Amino acid sequence: MKKLEIVIKPFKLEQVKEALTNLGIQGITVTEVKGFGRQKGHTELYRGAEYTVDFLPKVKIEVVLKEDLVESAIEKTIKAASTGNIGDGKIFVTPVEEVVRIRTGERGEEAI
Amino acid sequence: MFRSLPVACLLTALASGSAFAEETLPAIDSGSVAWLLTSTAMVVLMTLPGLALFYGGLSRSKNVLSTIMYSYTSLALVSVVWVLWGYSLAFGEDIGGVIGSLAHIGLSGIPLPGSEVAANINMGLTIPDSLFVVFQGVFAVITVALISGAYAERFKFPAFILFSVLWVTFIYAPLAHWVWGGGWLARIGALDFAGGTVVHIASGISGLAVSMYLGKRIGYGSEKIIPHNVPMVVTGAGLLWFGWFGFNAGSAVAADGLAASAFLATNTAAASAALGWLGIEWYHGKSPTAIGIASGSVAGLVAITPAAGFVTPMASLVIGAIAGVICYFAVYYKHKMGYDDALDAFGIHAVGGVWGAIATGIFASTLITGPTGARGLLEGNPVQLWIQIEAAVATLIFCFVGTAIILKVVDRFVGMRPDPESEMLGLNQAEHCENPYN
Repeated sequence: MKKLEIVIKPFKLEQVKEALTNLGIQGITVTEVKGFGRQKGHTELYRGAEYTVDFLPKVKIEVVLKEDLVESAIEKTIKAASTGNIGDGKIFVTPVEEVVRIRTGERGEEAI
Repeated sequence: MFRSLPVACLLTALASGSAFAEETLPAIDSGSVAWLLTSTAMVVLMTLPGLALFYGGLSRSKNVLSTIMYSYTSLALVSVVWVLWGYSLAFGEDIGGVIGSLAHIGLSGIPLPGSEVAANINMGLTIPDSLFVVFQGVFAVITVALISGAYAERFKFPAFILFSVLWVTFIYAPLAHWVWGGGWLARIGALDFAGGTVVHIASGISGLAVSMYLGKRIGYGSEKIIPHNVPMVVTGAGLLWFGWFGFNAGSAVAADGLAASAFLATNTAAASAALGWLGIEWYHGKSPTAIGIASGSVAGLVAITPAAGFVTPMASLVIGAIAGVICYFAVYYKHKMGYDDALDAFGIHAVGGVWGAIATGIFASTLITGPTGARGLLEGNPVQLWIQIEAAVATLIFCFVGTAIILKVVDRFVGMRPDPESEMLGLNQAEHCENPYN
């Protein structure tokens, strides 16, 4: 089992969710986050004063998958989240040791 | 107070040291009464919720309730002070051109409907004296509330209360007397239709004094200190624009052609100032912003306040546009100066107010004031411009020095600035034990 942490531009959330659910993925966790990468921040103007905003708003999706779905999930996510511009985000892939469904106590891939 | 006729009557009455004789009083005019009742309510709306939302949105969320409380409490506090002694000091019988007598303390001598005395015995207007009292009272309210834009986010609530009571007593009341109560500024012929000096220069310069005395907010210049709710700012600005029709057109103190003309000038100046600020911000800064258009309209409303009943619609267009541009730069250069006028009470109200006073001296026109009425520089009367400058400078000095003295007293008795921990936590929590958004 693997976990994908997908950081994307907020307005791409709907498309990525769509792409992942089309693969048959049943659950995702979404968090609004802020951060920076190679994309520079932007400036905001308030009554003539200019402020640089370093941390840009992003959305982080966490999804746990069976091994065989990982590659296609990555591929679909790239397709859905890409604008071609800097700041499109990243996907981090990590192994997952165990998954437990709290209601039934099921473990492993059954519980995903 | 604002029209040549009542002012003349008033001065005569004050000079002779007596109220009007019954037979010389004009009749109460129901149209004027209706309009002034409406105007008064509109001016209340400017403070609450207009200014409360405008300033509240401009402050950080951790201080929004504290900022709103300054406006709300001003409405309550100053309304009370006004009927107890404020009105009397401003509009009581003149003492040496400086202050009104205490004859009307607790509104004594203000006729009530059941009395046999004429309702307008003291002021000789076409509205009852009691209506004039409350109309003037809500002007005092908003003036005190406007100052809070300068000291927002770092003024203890008890200090605010003591400061406001002293300020309305020792600064506002005398100043209102000088300009509208038959005091020395009225006698030298200073023109202030609806409160450019009394309300805007006074609140702006006093705000500057408080912000200098208090010092900068923690993090000013290093941290990002930005408005927390722009739609709130815009809602507040909209209510200010609306209420300002009561403020300026109501200052005709009658439902007549002058009120209509002041109304037109007010809307025109607000509009051209909004565009002026927007344009200069776009050209000089980067982009046209919502806070920019809102701030610009307020700057225009401030500038047209003293001029509304003296200038033509085309003059108001010019006055507004220039106000938008100079107030933009006043606020822009604030960031390079040493004071922290948090929400720009000085940059918009004092700067816009001084421009309005000067503009009145330039543009006052007999097309509005009549063949024998006031006229400004453009109609060949440079003296008027000089008088306007004199009035503005006198107001600036009096308010700055007077406010500094009041601050010494407040500092001595209650202390003014919250401790750094409270300031960083935010005054919602530190001063009011309340959170705005739960």
